[in-house]
Amino acid sequence: MITRLNATQELEGLRQQILASRNQDTLRITVCCGTGCIAQGAKKVVEAFKRELSAQNVNAEVAELKETGCHGFCEQGPIVVIRPQDIFYKKVQVEDVPKIVARTIINGEVMERLLYSVPGNKKEKCTQESQIPFYAKQERVVFKNNAYIDPTSIEDYIAVGGYASLVKVLTTLQSQQVIDTIIDSGLRGRGGGGFPTGWKWQSSKDAAGDIKFVVCNCDEGDPGAFMDRSIMEGNPHLVLEGMLIAAYAVGNVSEAYIYIRNEYPYALKHAYKAIEDAKAYGLLGDNILSTGFNLDIKICRGGGAFVCGESTALMASIEGKVGEPRAKYVHTSEKGLWGRPTVLNNVETLANVPVIFEKGVEWYKSIGTEGSKGTKVFALVGKVNNTGLVEVPMGISLREVIMDIGGGVPNKKQFKAVQTGGPSGGCLPESKLDLAVDFDELTKNGSMMGSGAMVVMDERNCMVDTARYFIEFLEEESCGKCTPCREGLRAIRNILMDICSGKAELEDIDRLEKLCLAVTEGSLCQLGGTAANPVLSSLKYFRSEYEEHITNKYCRAGVCKDLIAFYIKDNCPGCVLCYKACPTWAIIYNGKGVPVTLIQDKCTKCGACLDVCNLDALEVRSVYDNR
Amino acid sequence: MITVNINGKDYSAEKDETVLAVAKRNFIYIPTFCHNEAVADYGSCRICMVEIWTKKGKNKLVTACLFPVEDGLKVETNNERVLFIRKNIAELLLAKCPASAEVAEIAAQLGVYETKYRIEKDGNKCILCALCTRVCDEVVGRKAISLVNRGINREVAIPFYDNAAACIACGSCVYICPTNAITMTDKDGIRTITMPNCEMKFALRKCNSCGREWIPEKQVKYFLSSAPGLTIEEFDLCQSCRK
Ligand SMILES: Cc1cc2nc3c(=O)[nH]c(=O)nc-3n(C[C@H](O)[C@H](O)[C@H](O)COP(=O)(O)O)c2cc1C
Ligand code: SF4
Ligand code: FES
Repeated sequence: MITRLNATQELEGLRQQILASRNQDTLRITVCCGTGCIAQGAKKVVEAFKRELSAQNVNAEVAELKETGCHGFCEQGPIVVIRPQDIFYKKVQVEDVPKIVARTIINGEVMERLLYSVPGNKKEKCTQESQIPFYAKQERVVFKNNAYIDPTSIEDYIAVGGYASLVKVLTTLQSQQVIDTIIDSGLRGRGGGGFPTGWKWQSSKDAAGDIKFVVCNCDEGDPGAFMDRSIMEGNPHLVLEGMLIAAYAVGNVSEAYIYIRNEYPYALKHAYKAIEDAKAYGLLGDNILSTGFNLDIKICRGGGAFVCGESTALMASIEGKVGEPRAKYVHTSEKGLWGRPTVLNNVETLANVPVIFEKGVEWYKSIGTEGSKGTKVFALVGKVNNTGLVEVPMGISLREVIMDIGGGVPNKKQFKAVQTGGPSGGCLPESKLDLAVDFDELTKNGSMMGSGAMVVMDERNCMVDTARYFIEFLEEESCGKCTPCREGLRAIRNILMDICSGKAELEDIDRLEKLCLAVTEGSLCQLGGTAANPVLSSLKYFRSEYEEHITNKYCRAGVCKDLIAFYIKDNCPGCVLCYKACPTWAIIYNGKGVPVTLIQDKCTKCGACLDVCNLDALEVRSVYDNR
Repeated sequence: MITVNINGKDYSAEKDETVLAVAKRNFIYIPTFCHNEAVADYGSCRICMVEIWTKKGKNKLVTACLFPVEDGLKVETNNERVLFIRKNIAELLLAKCPASAEVAEIAAQLGVYETKYRIEKDGNKCILCALCTRVCDEVVGRKAISLVNRGINREVAIPFYDNAAACIACGSCVYICPTNAITMTDKDGIRTITMPNCEMKFALRKCNSCGREWIPEKQVKYFLSSAPGLTIEEFDLCQSCRK
């Protein structure tokens, strides 16, 4: 039964009450129910725990089951962590549950089999989360509570100090002081642009108007990114609290929106629940905590177009119009939703806000670099051993993220590039691995922070083909309104396809570069404005690969099928790895110790053999190479 | 009154006028495709781009049809950076609309006579400026046609490609189209409006006096339903015979 809080002081009272009702000795079995883990069977694991706990007579005083948000290490899911010991079990299956209850919960033993070990070092097991290299170098600020609280329980959030920042703001700070604090904190937008959040709020506050809006951008159209989703799913109240503080700071805001893409069912569900519960407690709605401050938060479902994440397109979409960008010669902070001053912030940006008031500006400023404060969540994917969500302090080097947290490139392959910033980000080569990751450094080097996707590539990734892939994505996602983006991306893709298929000439590179500049400068919105980044950055750092495709008709990565053929080298010991991997039976086994034979006619050049061979016994040659 | 400098000369202007409006008044030519005084500006073709410098030190390319002037604004309408973009746009449109004489004409003004880019085989004349859909919505108030699909698949279409119910055959889209991608013929009592992806036919009403087929029946019906005082008799005569 929820009783409305009628004064700011009552929040702390409620928190004490919640804490007192919880036995500190109770074990907490936290099952990660982020989307990644759910896809791998987490919900079944939860059901199994429910069954087993009652079957083995473990009561709620002894152990409590908790479905939490994403822990970040999705690749190892379903993840189960038993607290307070923080025992970390990976890839837990329903069959494991009876044993976990019997051995770990009842007897306090650790089950070796379910522990994580560093790839290539099976003997060394990590018992606790903090011992796992993937977590060790992270600094979890916005993700801190994700792995501890049940996102559908407002009490869980209040228990860890939730909404205390709101109370602090409402009771001790004038709205201008709130903005000054955010300006001082150096917080910059995590949605891609890196615009200083405090200044954005200031400009909406200063804009004339008695109706203003706050909007939270949870569109997350970037295919590789899922941090906004994981925050919204795993800790929705954190975002609501950030929105409340933003609304209070800007003033004249009584309505706010969260724009969530429809493909995020759990984010939607948890956000709806959070709004309902916060209202019931009087933390949202009319006369919040009896302070006279009102805010209603509504949810708007997006259709999932990449371009709808762009500010003007997003606002058009909320207004019920076609989600297309328009010129922003007057900023949306002055004329946004329905022509009113509107603050649009990304989920992660807003999630940082309560933390700044909780821990203090000085603490916050101590994390990060001169121009970029705090942490950033990255979605680390591609050719790395550990994939998942990582939250790191700004200024950490790419090398630390990829090699230490990510555990390096698997299968003894050579690192080639890392693409940061999503589809319209840039590819950085090995020589840039020591780059400090922050807004300005990434931009300076031809890439960008973007949403925070980080795709690692190895020697088996062709840079021209990679550029083509991203351009094709953007071409499909371009709204088609303006000529440079719509027609330009098609022309860029045509040239890239010519290069990949050996039909291009050297002058085409020059043509490509010029066209990229025209698209960048001429496009209406930043989709077109940044779309050429993957091409421009790979031309900058991997130009020789482009030239090689054109002059030698050769793709060193073994990707561009029109140009390549695979050959078995003499050092092949006939280990049959490739024989097993080949989907078309193009490889013939000739006995142990003897090289296998590859039948060119049957080979579809899928490269499965190249991926599995760890003895460097395959060679990629140009089809025009007549050796 | 504020002062704006265009290509090195000062001009006075009203605050919030667009660069294009000030330029036009002073006979400074800036090419346009998607601009038309009849409808709100849209900024999609990008051929009108100019370079600006604000007093605060901002320097960028903007679309002249949308950018509001401010005091002390400096504009260049024809420099190298501007022409580079315009020429590229012209080349891209030449590849998209090889059959359009209007595109070829503006391209030629820019010194562009051929395109480096692959010419679309089934390229029609539509440059997707959206003037037709905007006039249908903003002026006629019918929304009979709209832009559908994203990216290179974008096109002007009637709902579901086959539902002309909202169209009153007024022909506004035809008149406003800068590249003649939509055409119209009146013949044997039938008005045919042809768009790149569809053809629509509408019955015409005869003038009781001269016998000329002068107005689509659907348009008459629309007028009658939207203006209560109007009677069908008022459409007995064509404009010329009414005088
Ligand atoms: C094509 C395009 C897609 C975008 N997608 C997103 C998105 O999915 N989520 C997001 O927060 N910002 C996205 N942005 C950035 C937003 O326009 C906007 O800058 C941001 O939401 C502002 O919030 P911030 O200041 O907190 O970063 C996108 C921008 C562009 C140009
Ligand atoms: S740049 Fe691309 S996405 Fe943006 S308005 Fe132009 S066509 Fe649409
Ligand atoms: S005339 Fe200005 S963008 Fe088309």
